[in-house]
Amino acid sequence: MIALTIDNVSRNFGGVAAVAGISLNIEEGERRVLLGPNGAGKTTLFHTISGNVMPSAGRIALFGFDITRQRPDRRARLGLARTFQITNLFPRLTVLDSVLLALGGVAGDRLQLVEPPTRQRTRYGEASRLLDRWGLAGTAGRIVRTLSYGEQRQLEIALALAGKPRLLLLDEPTAGLSPAETRRVVGLVRELPRDMTILMIEHDMDVAFELADRIAVMHQGRLIAEGDEAAIRANQQVTDIYLGAE
Amino acid sequence: MTARAWSLVGAVAVLALLIALPEMVRPYYVGLATRMLIFALFAMSLDLLLGYTGLASLGHAAYFGIASYTIALLVVRAGVDSGVAFPAALVAAAALGALFAPLALRARGSYFLMITFALAQVVWSVAFGWRTLTNGDDGMPGVTRPYFGWSLNNTISFYYFALAVVGVAALLMLAIVRSPFGRALRGIRESESRMQALGYDVWRHQYAAFVLSAFFAGIAGALYAYFNRFVGPEYLYVVQSAEALIMVILGGAGTLIGPAIGAALIVFLEDFISSLTEHWVLVLGIIYVLVTVLAPRGLIGLYVDFCQRRSIK
Repeated sequence: MIALTIDNVSRNFGGVAAVAGISLNIEEGERRVLLGPNGAGKTTLFHTISGNVMPSAGRIALFGFDITRQRPDRRARLGLARTFQITNLFPRLTVLDSVLLALGGVAGDRLQLVEPPTRQRTRYGEASRLLDRWGLAGTAGRIVRTLSYGEQRQLEIALALAGKPRLLLLDEPTAGLSPAETRRVVGLVRELPRDMTILMIEHDMDVAFELADRIAVMHQGRLIAEGDEAAIRANQQVTDIYLGAE
Repeated sequence: MTARAWSLVGAVAVLALLIALPEMVRPYYVGLATRMLIFALFAMSLDLLLGYTGLASLGHAAYFGIASYTIALLVVRAGVDSGVAFPAALVAAAALGALFAPLALRARGSYFLMITFALAQVVWSVAFGWRTLTNGDDGMPGVTRPYFGWSLNNTISFYYFALAVVGVAALLMLAIVRSPFGRALRGIRESESRMQALGYDVWRHQYAAFVLSAFFAGIAGALYAYFNRFVGPEYLYVVQSAEALIMVILGGAGTLIGPAIGAALIVFLEDFISSLTEHWVLVLGIIYVLVTVLAPRGLIGLYVDFCQRRSIK
């Protein structure tokens, strides 16, 4: 089954085409990495998938369901989760509250004024298991703002995973992390269940090749190459514009 | 003792003090305390929007005042029983909130502030200009107090009535901000885009917060109409909205106790300073400047910092 269909999607900002006619199909359970130099349009493409930016043209489907014009929260409830390139957390809330919010969002909490104690206990249990798994066990009571940068990046991913998404979008999950923290995040992403589809933007080539089943390379808003590691390494155009620049 | 136990002890002590107050001070101060309670409720209602949801309204007097006017119009013009007018006033406040929220929520930040301000001025100008209905700036005297089996016509009995109503309203607001809904509001205050990405319908939450906030402001407005036995367009005026904002900011936005303290302090200062000078609004402005410069998180923020510094030592 195709998890995500991106059909000829474009997005213009003023006269500039940040994304110019991208088409991609991502299989269920696939790990796909999006490569490309800065300004290639990767994050804009991500925004059109998550609904933060509406495409100027084209169509996007999630598990065969057209989401092109859906609001971001609706897409989230359909099983799409994302992280942000620039850490986007709740700076003045506690880590526990953040995770409880993440659990409630996809569960479809609507203006919940009363919470049954049994459900509250279940949620707290789930939250602490999630924090354990992402190496944030000791941080539940802390204010998010006081976490280290590495911890905040891990919390980003933990929040995205709280709702057990079917499609996970990771926007540079290892950006700014120390080598040790990067190893940890890569290990955790590898351990995610194989039925979860993952599309990630990654600048670190080693991380990209380690995690990806297939790779798509963007340049100036266009898709210039698609394939497995060997195909990408052998692609002359990719070598010229991207690998050559490293 | 844990922080939770301490705050419980504090709450019981404050409640005991409030109940014993009429025995301890002259009736004039019981009246002043009643106004403090009413404005504490008004400030807390604004804080649902400002401190918890992150939406700064400069038009909160509209919901307060529409409730006051609903009581006055029903009692004075239509001869409706004063107690029956009470729920009608709350419905009017919530309905006005439900009507204005979609307009105001098109904007954020200072633009939200300007729209809420403009909308409130519309309501004010109706009350001010429609003389045949509202007596314009003469206001409407003759509002009677409700009779629920005992008379509220003396200062002390009305004080206890206001204490009970404000107490119940405060407990309801406490339940709201502690519920998953309240947590979601704080999440929206911190990051709308993250909340959307987590699957929350941000607009619907903000809308609900707006209407609830208007509803609780309406309770305060209804009490104030009873208290003064009078309503006037100044209940709806921008100065009233601005005072509420300053009460919240002075006490500390994002808590319920902060705005209540801020309100009590402002009401007290207004009473005290008005006896010395006519330039109360000037003094209010100076207070606002001092708070934003010296205590941007309000008195509660100062207190929290103080406790942290002590615990570090």
